[in-house]
Amino acid sequence: MSSPAATDRMTRLLALVPYLTARPDGVALAEAARDFGVAERQLRSDLELLWMCGLPGYGPGDLIDLSFEGDRVRVTFTAGMVRPLRLTTDEAVALVVALRTLLELPGLAEREAVSRALAKVSAAAGHAGDRVTPVAVSVDAREEALAVVREGLERKRALHLHYYVPTRDERTERTVDPMRLILVDGRWYLEAWCRRAEGVRLFRLDRVDDVVVLDEPAAPPPEAHGRNLDNGVYQPEPDAPAVRLRLARNARWVADYYPVDSVAPVEDPPGGLAVTLRTADLAWARRLVASLGGAAVADEPGELAAQVAADARAALARYGVESPQASGSGG
Amino acid sequence: MAAKRAERLVNLVIALLSTRQYVTAARIRATVPGYEPDDGTERADEAFKRMFERDKAELREMGVPLETGRTSVFDTEDGYRIARADYELPEITLTGEEAAAVGLALRLWESAQLAGAAHSALVKLKAAGVDVDTGRAIPLQPRLDAGEPAFEPCYTAARDRRQLEFDYRRPDEDTPTRRHVQPWGVVAWHGRWYLVGLDLDRQAPRQYRLSRVVGTPKATGPAGAFEPPADLDLAGVVAGQVGGEEHLVVVRARPGTAIGLRRHATPLGPADGDDGDDRLELRTTEPGALADQLAAYGADVLVEAPREMRDAVVARLTRLAAMGEPA
Repeated sequence: MSSPAATDRMTRLLALVPYLTARPDGVALAEAARDFGVAERQLRSDLELLWMCGLPGYGPGDLIDLSFEGDRVRVTFTAGMVRPLRLTTDEAVALVVALRTLLELPGLAEREAVSRALAKVSAAAGHAGDRVTPVAVSVDAREEALAVVREGLERKRALHLHYYVPTRDERTERTVDPMRLILVDGRWYLEAWCRRAEGVRLFRLDRVDDVVVLDEPAAPPPEAHGRNLDNGVYQPEPDAPAVRLRLARNARWVADYYPVDSVAPVEDPPGGLAVTLRTADLAWARRLVASLGGAAVADEPGELAAQVAADARAALARYGVESPQASGSGG
Repeated sequence: MAAKRAERLVNLVIALLSTRQYVTAARIRATVPGYEPDDGTERADEAFKRMFERDKAELREMGVPLETGRTSVFDTEDGYRIARADYELPEITLTGEEAAAVGLALRLWESAQLAGAAHSALVKLKAAGVDVDTGRAIPLQPRLDAGEPAFEPCYTAARDRRQLEFDYRRPDEDTPTRRHVQPWGVVAWHGRWYLVGLDLDRQAPRQYRLSRVVGTPKATGPAGAFEPPADLDLAGVVAGQVGGEEHLVVVRARPGTAIGLRRHATPLGPADGDDGDDRLELRTTEPGALADQLAAYGADVLVEAPREMRDAVVARLTRLAAMGEPA
């Protein structure tokens, strides 16, 4: 198998003459380089190579001919390379799946254009697009807030949100300056400057209970920068206090789901994992441990286990159920 | 790729596109520049053969429809040609809006699995005269999570319909087990990648989280070995197995608490008694997850019905109460 870079270059070489054919008035070199996603120098070297290619005979009338005028280039003899190579299965899948995914999104103004593009691309893909597509992307598509948020972004207006904060089980109200909409891990997020918190925040759209577009312009301050989401939405807080948990087998998913500092297997509970999470929000840690229903033992901070146990005792009292003797170790 | 080889491949494509006749390897060697010339020695013949085999493989891998055959019954050996109709991308015209939609859609793959294929698809569309402006400033950024090493082998096996085997470890298991699967496809469902297919040991459709695959999955046997169900809905398989039967649960919540529960609950009015509780009706397809959530609300939420939910929550609370010294 050849390296992706080599195949990329062949794809480009076979596409360049048709690309110029489709633009008979010529194209600025910089623009063509941008269209192919390469440096202008690379594009020049591709064009020089093509200049040496042509029909058998390889005489002056057989070779591909290009004419350069200033910084523009156009093709004057194509040697029969007039159309690009058809789409491979992978390319057809990438296109078709991406368009179908876009079509699933609610509140999309361009729905009709997307569905026409999908029809045309499928037709052009021919048999490469016929087969049952081996990839599907499903996103949480019920967010009614999406259309309103998009309107705010497009009209560059501030938004007023009623937002549910699960870590504190609280409904909040705030005015934000929208920056962008992002689809991460199948969920939509609004990234915005929150005037109340005076910082950039991500708002998960399925937690937005109400949103209206305000008349005032969106004005994120110059220090508002989009977050890098390459490592996911949960941002570790490296300097926050450590929360050490021992996870039983059925709670080991926690180590996959949240950013953890360290993971080590332990004997107690059997097949367990010891993990360290970092958070300044102890209420969140309490909820997490409680929601694991005993499948996580809280070792640190010391008061965490006691708080969770006390909450549970109070609840059992309301049910009229006697609380068990505390074991201290949780084992 | 060395410029010499790239030049030779482009010339080979042009030469085979320009003829309707099948061209023999010997003729290609004599006309297309860059091949080891015939000097009568076996060494040169061998070198040419190797080069030519590599070139054919490279072109086929790129999707160039290289045909083999004979033009007439008098031909003594097979030749090669490229049928223009099979080679060329059919006519496609997109309006500005449609082209923008394609540009936006392809950003889905920006950092993810099919980024390379998405890029070359875009190059081909541009070469077909479509002006896809990927730079249009739409403040909308679809993306999939990148970096799932099992994606590539699973996708390739599903595309080629080859049987797949891999080691799979569920988080509640200590050691991975070997699975044998007819891979139907790969699905991103709520941000996580799954392989869906027929588990051959269990003879039933199954889904596998790609992040739980241990090592590199291995395709075995020939391509085209099976046919996925004709009415296959990949996302539906994953959704169907994740979801399930709906359960109705009635709880009472202290006023002003359990905000998260209330967002998806039907209020049933005030509860009997003088503590001012509200009665709420909840629906769930995952009773275990709901019991976890209800237990985490502690004394703010009491389960009224059904009995099983009440018992499940009390069991959780009992385990939690045993965790620490009494406060």
